[in-house]
Amino acid sequence: MKIGSIKEKNQNERRVSMTPASAIQIIKLGHECYIEENAGLAAGFSNQDYIDAGVKVINNAKNMCREVDILVKVQPPTADEVSLLQKDKTLISFFYPGQSDTLLNSINANGANVLAMDMVPRISRAQKMDALSSMANIAGYRAVIEASNNYGRFFTGQVTAAGKIPPAKILIIGAGVAGLAAIGAATSLGAQVYAFDVRPEVAEQIESMGAEFVFLDFDETQTDGSESGGYAAPSSPEFREKQLEKFTQLAPNIDIVITTALIPGREAPKLWLENMVLEMRTGSVVIDLAAERGGNCELTVPDQKILSENGVTIIGYTDFPSRMAAQSSELYSTNIRHMISDLTPEKDGVINHDMEDDVIRGATVCFGGEITFPPPPPKIQAIAAQSAKPIQKSKSELDQEKSELLAKSGKQQTYALVGGAILMLVIGAYAPSSFMQHFIVFCLSCFVGFQVIWNVSHSLHTPLMAVTNAISGIIILGALLQMGSSNLIITILASISVLIATINIVGGFMVTRRMLQMFQKS
Amino acid sequence: MSVGILSASYIAASVLFILSLGGLSNQEKAKRAVWYGIFGMAIAVTATIFGPGFTTLSYVILVPLLVIGALIGKTVAERVEMTEMPQLVAALHSFVGLAAVFIGLNSAMGSHDGLTKAELIIHEVEIFLGVFIGAITFTGSIVAYAKLAGRIDGKALILPGRHILNAAAVVFSLILLFMYINTSELWTLYVMLFIALVVGAHLVAAIGGADMPVVVSMLNSYSGWAAAATGFLLGNDLLIVTGALVGSSGAILSYIMCKAMNRHFLSVILGGFGNSAGPAMEIDGEQVAIDGAGVATSLEDADSVVIVPGYGMAVAQAQQAVAELTRRLIDNGTKVRFGIHPVAGRLPGHMNVLLAEAKVPYDIVLEMDEINDDLPETDVVIVIGSNDIVNPAAQEDPNSPIAGMPVLEVWKAKQVFVSKRGQGTGYSGIENPLFFKENTRMFYGDAKASIDQLLTIIK
Repeated sequence: MKIGSIKEKNQNERRVSMTPASAIQIIKLGHECYIEENAGLAAGFSNQDYIDAGVKVINNAKNMCREVDILVKVQPPTADEVSLLQKDKTLISFFYPGQSDTLLNSINANGANVLAMDMVPRISRAQKMDALSSMANIAGYRAVIEASNNYGRFFTGQVTAAGKIPPAKILIIGAGVAGLAAIGAATSLGAQVYAFDVRPEVAEQIESMGAEFVFLDFDETQTDGSESGGYAAPSSPEFREKQLEKFTQLAPNIDIVITTALIPGREAPKLWLENMVLEMRTGSVVIDLAAERGGNCELTVPDQKILSENGVTIIGYTDFPSRMAAQSSELYSTNIRHMISDLTPEKDGVINHDMEDDVIRGATVCFGGEITFPPPPPKIQAIAAQSAKPIQKSKSELDQEKSELLAKSGKQQTYALVGGAILMLVIGAYAPSSFMQHFIVFCLSCFVGFQVIWNVSHSLHTPLMAVTNAISGIIILGALLQMGSSNLIITILASISVLIATINIVGGFMVTRRMLQMFQKS
Repeated sequence: MSVGILSASYIAASVLFILSLGGLSNQEKAKRAVWYGIFGMAIAVTATIFGPGFTTLSYVILVPLLVIGALIGKTVAERVEMTEMPQLVAALHSFVGLAAVFIGLNSAMGSHDGLTKAELIIHEVEIFLGVFIGAITFTGSIVAYAKLAGRIDGKALILPGRHILNAAAVVFSLILLFMYINTSELWTLYVMLFIALVVGAHLVAAIGGADMPVVVSMLNSYSGWAAAATGFLLGNDLLIVTGALVGSSGAILSYIMCKAMNRHFLSVILGGFGNSAGPAMEIDGEQVAIDGAGVATSLEDADSVVIVPGYGMAVAQAQQAVAELTRRLIDNGTKVRFGIHPVAGRLPGHMNVLLAEAKVPYDIVLEMDEINDDLPETDVVIVIGSNDIVNPAAQEDPNSPIAGMPVLEVWKAKQVFVSKRGQGTGYSGIENPLFFKENTRMFYGDAKASIDQLLTIIK
């Protein structure tokens, strides 16, 4: 199949959907790759780079669409581009089918197939093509860099000859992919990071990244993240009130706020209100990653950097990934490449658009002249449902159980001892004394054996078997004593026993030694 | 040499044997511990040869026997491959069993003068027991050897009414015992010997595949009890002590193995595999294959890797390749560890020895209980040739035949690669839901070839 990438029409879009590196991989799947002239320039890839990777360069989008079977893009197509996509062509790009019916209807009317990168279901197998996550990761990182750029102070605390510098205090609201990436970037710059999320189960992830989870003391059965495919769900008004109260309390001490709170298919919730901005110190920064959906901060103006009346910078850029075009193109093109690789299961350059496959079905929004959006729920749940916490037993109950167990084992031991004593008495009453002497030795040896063997390390069980093998060759003693018999058969049998017991002894000890030599410490 | 000095030597030998076994509690002490065992044995044998009861005439036969035996033992010990250890151990057990039988028969044929009536009865019971245990150990070990060496089919042989057969054999032997005590006729002993030989072979034939570690340690225990019984009939305390030590050692190993499979000792020994209590859980999803390049990339990206080897690694002789992979990953700064299930392989501790042979340092080779808690934080787990010991059905499906068996919880890791020859089920025939998990990728092919393929990519 022929796969082509065209230059993005949006002036602010610097990303490109195919890099020379991803093209090499796609060519390996048996496809041919095409790129529009200068499409990669803004992301740092020259036409020559593409030619070197075996990609054919085509001078404009019109020729491209005529030539190729699959068109890959970053942004949803413009009206012009839609008209170029005729029957049997396939488009792979961000599409946001839930936001614009007209776009979906018009492209479907043309008969083209569309795979929306933003519709890839959130299941483990599809992570490699989850472009939303890879872009969110970049956005989170870039948000910290933008914040640092506008903050005018160190992130890290220092004690210098010229005075002591406290670390910057950063609050990150929403610990999705972007939030976690921001936590990572901010902590590695040395800032003191606090993070908040409505899903209590992410507390562990937040702490694992080195931030402090802002704990909200609120008694309500939280919606389980797994029900909504790993995304946050809207919270109740009481919860929201409690949350805002907490933020107001935090605001005066926070230098930088990065908000990333989004709920799928809704306006961004307003979480950082005007009064909180006014509480912040002059020079503080608010980065609103939700600006495209109206923003988490009340004062955010999408695509702009503004200064509040008390001197707080509020940044509402919507193109964070595009501001790191080289990096984001690399990740996005890799996501696309994985998608194409899933569409080419045989690696023979033939596309198999398998509507039975959860991932491909989920991402396909129109196929063969039919709108297939929204997709049915995936067969596999994104995240395992949280199991109900086991009922904690109180300490007294535990203690009681323990003492019961102890009493039980004590009782068992008493029975065993009494039984054993009776058995011994019976044997002692009938057996001759010579036997009893040996019997004592036998019983004591069993006890010693049990005590000693329990301490043997598991890893040395094979040498243990070999060495017990060797010492059970002690049976040679019996054979030695019988060898002198005047009975020929006895002498022969005893001799054979001596021979095999010797093999046992020498073989057993030598192989044990050989094995133990091999155990070495790193 | 007087009887007093002989007894003193026996005491010294007993103490040295106990020290020798006790020394195996850690790897460094163990190297010294073997020498205790060797010295103990040397003292015991020398004291017996020069002690009372040994006729000078015998030297002529004795010396060549000792030399030949020692040479054979040395050759075998030097030549044996570590993967063949289970066979060797089984073969050595059979020797002890055979020797016990011979010594028992010799005692029976010898004179019983100067014994009171009660002593005679005890003596005859001892002979009978010694021969019985020895014979079971002998044929049992030979069948185990043949199974482990692949000379005969490793599958369990299930005869109809096998429990009744075994029970009948035991009852018949008891009757023979009474006849022997009453008549002292040797033929009863021979008939019993024949029955015991058949029972030994039949017992082990009914146990197969993954239950072999229990069988081998059980035979280890029997060989000890056989030596102890011989000690009783000869009135030799050193034999009793040593036999009891070995017997209890084997018993503990069997117990540990059974615990690790969550099965009762009896159900393992009686053979056959437990019947499931109901239909197995349905498994959703599909097995997704992956190629060497994919595995290599994940390994290079991973910070922590846990390798879970099983019998398949031993069969494919892949331990050297695995060790080389481990070294390269460690050089790349990856934290590599091994997780060993107690019943992995066909002998207790089998995997540890194989890895040690390939020069994997023993401090990164961990037991199941030590590694299970770390698995959720592990980036990549590679399962090489093991199946049941990583089967989540043991925890999730109460109807599974292995329900309740402790397993390595590898599915909790972020990514699991399973190196496996093909899609079939393992020895137990139980479907493994691990292979169908979202985070599992199947890396098909011979274990050694697969790891070698990784080695060409990971430098």
